[in-house]
Amino acid sequence: MTLTLGHFLTLGAMLFAIAVIGIFLNRRNLIVLLMAIELMLLAVNMNFVAFSHYLGDMHGQVFVFFILTVAAAESAIGLAILVLLFRAKSSINAEDLNTLKG
Amino acid sequence: MDAKTAFFYLFAVVLLVASFRVVTARNPVHAVLNLILAFSQAAAIWLLLKAEFLAIALVLVYLGAVMVLFLFVVMMLDIRIDALRQGFWKHFPLAAFIGVLIVFEMGMVLMGGFSSIDEPKAIATTVLNAAGQPEPYSNTKELGRLLYTEYLYPVEIAASILLVAMIAAIALTLRKRKDSKAINPSEQIRVRAADRVRLVKVAATQAPQVQDGAGDAAAQETKA
Repeated sequence: MTLTLGHFLTLGAMLFAIAVIGIFLNRRNLIVLLMAIELMLLAVNMNFVAFSHYLGDMHGQVFVFFILTVAAAESAIGLAILVLLFRAKSSINAEDLNTLKG
Repeated sequence: MDAKTAFFYLFAVVLLVASFRVVTARNPVHAVLNLILAFSQAAAIWLLLKAEFLAIALVLVYLGAVMVLFLFVVMMLDIRIDALRQGFWKHFPLAAFIGVLIVFEMGMVLMGGFSSIDEPKAIATTVLNAAGQPEPYSNTKELGRLLYTEYLYPVEIAASILLVAMIAAIALTLRKRKDSKAINPSEQIRVRAADRVRLVKVAATQAPQVQDGAGDAAAQETKA
């Protein structure tokens, strides 16, 4: 039994599903939301790397490189906003963020 | 089952268990530590896929920088976890059902459609060096060649995205402390005597009463 492209894609799908249910279950906890988004990006990157390996195309790995860049920027700004939010409200509960109700 | 397959299943199982613990862990610090474990397993799987540069970059950039940032922030915030996890186990069966459904459907489609591709195509066209012998294939070299020729403008855009992220993160969290007694050297240097000393000319409207002053002084002297 050899490893096929399907194995890696299924692994990516499982990782993505775990991240989705993580977002659903922890929708109040902003910091776990950020971590679940990181897991989703990891699943996407896993698919890119697997396709790049099995189809013999380096461009997929270049794309992973850019996704890593954007993910690092996203988590840095997200954590900065999280710190600001905690300073203002002493809480990271997403349900406390209801002042824009209008 | 050869060694590569065995290692794939080992890494995959640890990766899935760790990522499941990320979303279910009660303590956010445990969640971050599990996330670190998950990313390291993903890097190992990328090594199996012969993406060496990206695997090392994942370890250095993600485990070294981003996860430590997460850990710092989680430890800095004093989180009351009970309000955040209210209704967690109530929604868990539905979430587990949806997750299993997603995995089942995606697994059927992906294992059905892509399990025929088991022989990776060779990326490398053999490159001859100056002596005319074939050079060994290098993932990092190939990636670098692509990044700095075909993807030069995207690389520069990525660099500016990182710069913007850095400036935004600093600008968001920087604050002036009100209780700080720090001095501003620039303002200190620019101070002139005219800013600090005010000369007031007071007109002498009545004669100085020398007699009374002298009398007081004499009285104090006699007391002493």
